Parts: sequence; structure tokens; C-alpha cells
Amino acid sequence: MRLEPREQSSMVLKAMVPLGSAAAALLVCSVLIVWADASPVEAFFLFIKGSVGTRFALSETLARTIPLIFTGLAAAIAFKAKLWNIGAEGQLYGGACIATWLGTGMIDLPGWLMLPLLFSTGALVGGLLLLGPTLLKTWLKVDEVVTTLLLNFIIILLVNYLVFGPWKDPMAMGWPQAKGVVDAAVLPTILAKTRLHMGIFWALASALLLWAFMRFTTWGYQIRAVGFNPVASRFVGISVNSVVIRTALISGGLAGCAGVSELCGLKGYLTLDLSPGFGYSGIVVAMLAALHPLGVVVSAFFVAMLSIGADSMSRSLNISNFIADVATAVSLLAVLVSMLLARYKIRWR
Amino acid sequence: MQDSTPFLQLLGISKKFGSVTALSKVSLSLHQGEILALLGENGAGKTTLMNILFGHYVADSGSITLNGKELPSGSPRHALKAGLGMVHQHFTLADNMSVFDNITLGTEPLFAFRRKKSEAIRKIKDLINAYELDVDHRSLVKHLSVGQRQRVEILKALYRDTRILILDEPTAVLTPQESEHLFATLRLLVDKGLAIIFITHKLKEVIGVSDRCLVLRHGVVTYEHRTSETDMDTLAREMVGGEVPKVEVLPGAPGETVLSLHMVSACDRHGFSLLHEASLHLRSGEILGIAGVSGNGQGHLADLISGLLSPSSGSFELLGEEVVRLGPVDMVRRGVGRIPEDRTGTGLIGDMNVQENLILENYWKKEVSRYGLLKASFMKKNSEEITSRYDVRCGGEELPVRMMSGGNMQKLILGRVLSEKPSVIMANQPTWGLDVGAATFVHSQLISASRSGAGVIIISEDLDELFKVADVIQVMYQGSLSAPIQPSATNAREMGLAMSGHLDVFTMVSPEEACHAA
Repeated sequence: MRLEPREQSSMVLKAMVPLGSAAAALLVCSVLIVWADASPVEAFFLFIKGSVGTRFALSETLARTIPLIFTGLAAAIAFKAKLWNIGAEGQLYGGACIATWLGTGMIDLPGWLMLPLLFSTGALVGGLLLLGPTLLKTWLKVDEVVTTLLLNFIIILLVNYLVFGPWKDPMAMGWPQAKGVVDAAVLPTILAKTRLHMGIFWALASALLLWAFMRFTTWGYQIRAVGFNPVASRFVGISVNSVVIRTALISGGLAGCAGVSELCGLKGYLTLDLSPGFGYSGIVVAMLAALHPLGVVVSAFFVAMLSIGADSMSRSLNISNFIADVATAVSLLAVLVSMLLARYKIRWR
Repeated sequence: MQDSTPFLQLLGISKKFGSVTALSKVSLSLHQGEILALLGENGAGKTTLMNILFGHYVADSGSITLNGKELPSGSPRHALKAGLGMVHQHFTLADNMSVFDNITLGTEPLFAFRRKKSEAIRKIKDLINAYELDVDHRSLVKHLSVGQRQRVEILKALYRDTRILILDEPTAVLTPQESEHLFATLRLLVDKGLAIIFITHKLKEVIGVSDRCLVLRHGVVTYEHRTSETDMDTLAREMVGGEVPKVEVLPGAPGETVLSLHMVSACDRHGFSLLHEASLHLRSGEILGIAGVSGNGQGHLADLISGLLSPSSGSFELLGEEVVRLGPVDMVRRGVGRIPEDRTGTGLIGDMNVQENLILENYWKKEVSRYGLLKASFMKKNSEEITSRYDVRCGGEELPVRMMSGGNMQKLILGRVLSEKPSVIMANQPTWGLDVGAATFVHSQLISASRSGAGVIIISEDLDELFKVADVIQVMYQGSLSAPIQPSATNAREMGLAMSGHLDVFTMVSPEEACHAA
């Protein structure tokens, strides 16, 4: 078997990519569901109902979309510059930490000042956390995949120390969690009796801004140029290192915002389950969106739907909720494979 | 002919890529003891045909018969086993290994207790003696000259008992003397019964070395003839499919010196010498050709003038001002137009569209962007102007430029550079890999730029090109430059000597004299 490049990918073929991959993912997941002794048809129905079928389900899915947009954008812009930031998870917790430090009584500000302050400091910390690995990359050619990935564990262990130690809330009946943020630091919910909060607007605005930034500004132009072709960029006098460093600050900053928004909008206090791997899912989101900032919004919603829907389904059917993780992974693989098949054709021999 | 039944026969080979016909009913026959020249412009289908012969592609129709037996299509292993061997234009040798290791690499069984080294050495020595392929099997490839490396490639093929040797543009990297040596080797090979396919676009060589020639144009065999009964003009017409466009070289009127290097040396980070006391004077209205075998520092000279490399000693003056540590942006700002060697790798960003590629060198200028925002209206107008003025054909301004042909890419770069009205133009291999039409266009644009006052440097490995367009030529060898010489005052033999290291052949004429002779 070998792959031959197609001369041109027709529109029909391109349209088949999402449909074909959805069908393939569905098929593979059905096998697992049947294996778990449940009916795939019922499972699929429960999945839809549990993710978008009711007002509450939809609000949950949207709430889950918010951090995924932030981490998805963080991965998208970094990958666009060929900076492989795998550390969004750590940067997210970094942002949440600084917001906890400032937002739990350290300072007293009105809400309209408090939230911008928390978001910008969170972004700053996230950016700085990525700056280290990036400088090691540009100065010493240290592989950033390794450094950013390992930094995640360092930061999460630091959060562990904080919530079990100095920041532990004495009122939490022994649970490892920090004190709750002050009222001014809370992102209000926008739908009564749900957890959907104002963070959604912050996330959507970020996506829109990032899209405009990449498309209309010279900085965005430089980032794309460097990512596509660093040799040509150097030839025309773009400083590749400074562009990569700038990109790192933006990428880390967006991941930091995810932490602030989860802390102030959803949880209210810092715990170790603030993020069930949003940093890593962000990579999936960005890849599904082909690194397009507006596409990230759509794919973040899709990934959120998968996890909320599959969670709800597995609870109703009493099957393992790892099906949700498998479904996410399978859909990503399916999309990547179909994107490949749209560009190449298989030749058997 | 030597033998009535051909040794290799391709019959009615057709191949389509999508809607594009790459080859249409191509037939070719090759006898033992004969050299067949395969001629054609870029994109004529030469490479596709060879890929089909080697089984890398499967033809849509047609058959390949070798020594009376049909060759299974799409199987490189069978092709190699049947005795097909190829010497690629870009060598496929491991620099840090010896000649012996390079030749035997891949021919030994994976699980053998002992390498039968002495036997292999004997075989290689026999081949070296039989075909006068003068090279020491113990030396490391990185210490060999380009001509010697090519001999190693040929040895590699012969060691595998090749009976049909295919050479792809073998003289592109050789000096005229080395080419002569290669031709002698080829004659010797066919005298001993090999058959050779010689792919080239240089007509002089076709006449000089081949027995028969075959011209491909747009995937069709348009001409096939015995070489002794044809001539270069006919071949040129057949290749281009009409009259060959002629470049009109207007007489130049050199003016002020716009760029001068005086004893410039440069090193890389590890102290390895890249340029060694190179001197040149470029005047406005003049085309200076830099000749030399590839890899003799031409790229570093281009980098120096493009602002990518700083001199470690010597003086570098641009428009009468000393250049100290200037980057690419400063060079562009001071009026240096840069046409890099590698169009897709350095000159353009393949995944960006025409508009975006056209502002690569000036996106920071006031008319292109303000407050960090790109001006879409300027980009659109700019790309419309340049694409129409320089006849750039792109499938659409929104398509990534990697979809464009090499000729159109070069026109795009040319348009980007010339529309800035540079006073110095640094063109590194500007017509490499272009068809005659596009090459003529590039030449005429560079000539007209120089005649309207720019100083133009053309770096080329193709001597014919430099003799055609340059007012003055300097030869580069291991980072040094010879004295300038006018093309009319020298010949290919002298150039070849200079290119192989005798840079002093021109100093009979003093540099001052040559400079002011025109």
C-alpha cells in the first residue's frame, strides 16, 4: 500500500472530510458500546440528549467550551509558528494560581477592574511559564515538547503543595482546596440555574481578536511567515527568534486565561480538578480546527459536546465513562486520517 | 545500428496526473553500446519517464521490455535487478564514509559473519582500471572533488552490474574539463557494451557525446534522430516548439561604482572560512557574472550582499558608504534587490498567497502597513500591478504560491525585486530550472534593469548563460574571486582552468585594465 498525492482535492471530497470522519468515529465507538452490552442507537440518542438536547445539557456543553476555546487558541497560535507548546495545562494552572493569590482577598477592587486585572495577570503568568522553555529553545535548541510537557508536572505538583499546604482553606472540612475568590472576582453566570458564565464572551472575543490579529497585523503576518518558512523569513529580515518569543507570550497567555476563567467562572476556588486535561484537549481542538482561530470555537464546542454527551450517556447506561475519552480520541484520529485522504489517494498493490 | 533488436524498449507509455497529461504514447528504444540523449525542457516529462522506467510510478498504459523480457511495472526492485542504474544530478553519497563503503552500501547481506571485503575491493579496483575512473577507494567522499564524486556514483552503479546507465543532467556541476573527462568515460562504457541514457538540456553536449537523440515536448516525443545527421538549431527548435526566443543584449554604459568588495573575508561561527579575500567592483549599468563550480562560495557571496553574512575583514562599500553589520532589511532599504538561489525555500513562502509573498520584503514600509496593520488595498493593487507587468500566471491570488510553476515563481520574485527599483541586484542562479521562455524573460528583465542604471550581479554555474548576458565575468573558487575578465577576451578552456582553481589565468590582464576596458 502506498500514498500518492492527489493533483487537486475536489470540493465534494473536502465536504466528505467531516462527514466521513464523523461516520467512522461513530462506527468505532458503536463497537465499544456493543462490547459494553448496550444498544448503540440508544447510546447515540442519550449522547445527543445529554450534550445538546436540553437547556441544562446545552449550558453544560457551552460552559465546557469556554476553557477549550482558550487552550485551543493557545495551541493554534503556537503551532502556527511551529512552536510545540504542550504545556497549556501547566500554564492554565499558573493563571489560576495567580488569580487565586490576588483574588481571594489580597486586593480589593470593584468587579469591572478586578476581572481585567485577574485575566491580564493570569495571561502574564501563563506567558512567562512558556517563555522559559521558549528561550531554551531559541538559545540552546532545547526541544520545547519535552520542556513544556515536563513543566506541567512541576506546576501541578506546586499546586498540590499549595492546596494541601499554605493555601488550604480551613473552612473546607479537610478538602484540598484554596479559599474561594471574592465576589468581585466572580464571573457571573449568564443563564439562571446553570453554570454557563460570562467567560464565554471573553473566550469568543479572544478567538475573534486572534483571528483579526493573525490576518490583519504585521505581527500576525510575521508569525505565519516564520511558521511556514523560517528560512525565507530570515532571508527577508524577520527575526525568527523574537517572533517565536512573542508567539510564546501570546500562547501561554491564552492558556493562562483558561485557568482564570475556570477559577472565576466555574469553580470559584483552586483545586486539583480545576482542569481535567483542558491543556491537552486544546491540542486536539486546535488540530481539528486546522489551527484556524474561528475554527477553534467550533471544534471546542464539538469536543465539549463529546465529553459532556459521552459522560451523560455512560451515566445513564451505566457503562464506563472512558468511552468519552475514546470517542474524543477516535474522532481526532478519524479527522486527521480523512484530512490525509483528501490530499492523498491510496494505491494498493 | 549495432544490433537490430533493442536492449531496452519502451512502448506507448502514457501517464496522467489528474487532468494533466505528463506523458502521451512515448516510445523509446535503446541498443547495447549506444548513448541516447534525452532532451527536453523542464516539465517536458523526462523525469516522469525515468520514474516509470524505475518503477517509482506506474504508467497508465504501455510496456517496458528489457533484454526481451517484460519488466513488471511499479517495481523498483525488478528494475534494479534487471540492470538499470541511475546517476542523479544531486549525488546520493554519504560524505563521512569512504568511497568503498559508499559503493558497497546496501549490496551486502544483512546477516553475514564476515564481509568479503577483499573480493569487493578487487572488483572495485577492476572497474576503476577498466573504465579509467580515477578515484581512490579508501578516501572519504567529503574530501573528493565534484567530478570525483560523480565517478563514485558511476562506480556505484557499475558495481551493481548495471547494463543501462541513466545520467540526469550530469554536467550541471562540472567544469568544462571535467565534462570532457566524463564524456570520455561514457564512450569507454558503451564500447564495453553498456547502454546509456543521457538526460540534458545542453545541446552542445548532445552533439558532442550521443549517438542518437530524442526530444520530448509536453510529454510527447517530437523528434528522434541520429545525432550525426542533425544540428543544434534543429534540436533547439524541436525542444521549444518554434523559434527559440533570443535575448537582445543592448550595449551597456557602465557608470559609477555602486558596490565594491575589497579583500573581503568571512567565516562561519566555527571559524571555517566562507569567503577569502574576495574583491569585486560593480558599476551601475553593468552586469557582472560570477562563474564557478557549485559550492565554491557563491552562496556566501550572495548572503553577504543580501545582508545575511557579515565580513570578518576587508571593506564592503554600497553606494559609496561603508557597510557594517547590516541585516536584510537595511540592505533592502538601501536599494539592494535580492533574487535568491532557492525560489521555493528562500525566496517565497509556498503556503502563502501571491499578495502576501509580494510584501515579504517591504511589509514594514509606510505604504504597506501602518500602526502594525497591513493595508489590504495596497496589497491588492500591488499584486495586480506586478502580476500583470511581469506576466505572472497564478491560478488565483488567493491560492498558495507553491501551486505555481517554477517560471511563474521566479517572475513573482523578479517583480517583487524590480518594482522597488533597486540600484544593486544580486541574482543567484536566476534561470536555474526554468524553460527557455521563462529564462529569456528573466534575462531580458535583468538586462533592462541594468541598462536603466542598476548594477547587476548574476551568479551562475552555466557558463553559456554568463557568456550570453554578462559584461564582465569573475570566477569563484573556494571563496576567492578571480580578476574580472570580459567574455569576449576569454574562452571556455580558460574559464574551466579558473574554475578548477587557477584563478590567476586572467591576471595577465591587470584588474584595473579589465575594469576600465569597456
